[in-house]
Amino acid sequence: MRGSAATLRHEFIGLYGMVERNWYLIKRYAWWEIAFFFWTAANTLTIVFIAKGVVAEGGSIDVNRLTTILLIGAVMWSYLGIVFELLIETVAWERWEGTIEYTFMAPLTRATHLLGTGIFAIGYGIVRASIVFAAIAAFFGLHMPHANFLTAVVLIAVASVSFVGIGMMTAVLPLISPEKGTQFGYVAQGLMLVVSGVYYPVSVLPEFMQWLAKISPATYALRGERSAIIDGASVSSVWGDIWPMAIIGVISVPLGIWVFRRGELHAKKHGKLKRSG
Amino acid sequence: MFAVEVDNLRKEFFRRDATRTHGRKRRKRVAALEDVTFTMERGECVAILGQNGSGKSTLVRLLSTLLLPDAGSARIFGHDVVKESRAVQRLVNRVSVEASFFKKMSSEENLAYAARFYGIPPSATKKSIPEILERVGFPISRRHEAMENLSRGMQQKVALARALLTSPVLLLLDEPTTGLDPRSKLEVQEFIRDVWTTHDATILLCTHDLREAEVLADRVGILDRGKLIALDPTEALKEQFGAETLEDAFFAATGRTFEDEKDEDAERGVFA
Repeated sequence: MRGSAATLRHEFIGLYGMVERNWYLIKRYAWWEIAFFFWTAANTLTIVFIAKGVVAEGGSIDVNRLTTILLIGAVMWSYLGIVFELLIETVAWERWEGTIEYTFMAPLTRATHLLGTGIFAIGYGIVRASIVFAAIAAFFGLHMPHANFLTAVVLIAVASVSFVGIGMMTAVLPLISPEKGTQFGYVAQGLMLVVSGVYYPVSVLPEFMQWLAKISPATYALRGERSAIIDGASVSSVWGDIWPMAIIGVISVPLGIWVFRRGELHAKKHGKLKRSG
Repeated sequence: MFAVEVDNLRKEFFRRDATRTHGRKRRKRVAALEDVTFTMERGECVAILGQNGSGKSTLVRLLSTLLLPDAGSARIFGHDVVKESRAVQRLVNRVSVEASFFKKMSSEENLAYAARFYGIPPSATKKSIPEILERVGFPISRRHEAMENLSRGMQQKVALARALLTSPVLLLLDEPTTGLDPRSKLEVQEFIRDVWTTHDATILLCTHDLREAEVLADRVGILDRGKLIALDPTEALKEQFGAETLEDAFFAATGRTFEDEKDEDAERGVFA
């Protein structure tokens, strides 16, 4: 009993260490973060302006509604980008700095290692995405009179678990392939959003993509967030979007840790934990 | 119980050949370590001498659970490095030729997060980090500076501090003084000697500095092309090979000098 309490304490301190390390990095690379923030904001603007562009070209639409739909899509894309990037960079950045061997030889379970990164990614991603959302909404003077932000928060919390689980699976790629792994991770992120209806309803996609949309947590997160912010849906009314994400999360997190562990054993067998770059 | 018990340890790597068969590059097996066997007593300091590509770093990586062996076994204080890797990780730390830190982060930040991975809470490191930095001869007023602004010698001192912060009972030193200026080299060597005599630490020192091996170690091993061909106290080695110096003994044992590297070594150097 005492032994397991000590082990648990050790793992919690390790988890805190992962969060602490990422916080130090964000602080030390503050100018990078500011630059990325403006890049994300500018990128979001280019997408959200499409609604006004449609009207300027003679289209007849509810500009406020389409602008909000596009804004939710763009912010979700940037949020998912942060979560995936931090998890993929778990390996890639450490390999570049040369610290990878020191992290992998520490008495830290891989679950603690990955969950620590995931927790930081969620916290940091939510803060950055919320600032972008608020800034762009203010820029366009968007009206969201029915918005139910409590539902929006519940949805993003549940979605984040499954995003982290899938992110863990992509984090294994730089471990297996030091040269190409990171890039493949970004491909996985892009594909996930394409099939999930990031700026359009899933119904416009070809049938095989619609099938893929069913197993992507981003599909439910995007649909639920739009219902909550545009139509003011309550938690109970978006339950149909919550439970699939919860199931994907329950499966993807342990699966992600298992996949990463397999990748680690492969890297240890073939000597791929060495520094490169 | 031995501090380190290595039995017929073998590690091979695949290397892509430049020649192609059916459009694909051929892969060739290269043995980085071949059936290495030795033991170390608790509190002992053993130096392993070898050229680049001899397998020194592969041995250190296997003992620190960063590689899986292809055959044989290694035990640290009775714990198998493969089956009981977590127990081994708690006992071992390592200093390698490259200091390996997050360059933008300060020495204090690098040490703090690394300590957490070993279960050391912030309340403990608040006091112990300045203490340990001072002990390795690092000016503590510079502990908030980014690592990239520190000299190579300073960075290596922080690497020693990182290893000692976790109180390892087995310290693996993989060419810790390579590339350092003479003064930093002496300081680091002094510190290693100090740790060895004042802590209950067992030290495995991999080096290609003959003098370092002679001065610091109880026994000196010669690792040549993945094979451990000798492991004895310096005087016994000299006697065994009828040599006056350790360098002559190395030459007699391997048939080549330290500077004499062949193509085969360069090829092996990719792995080892």
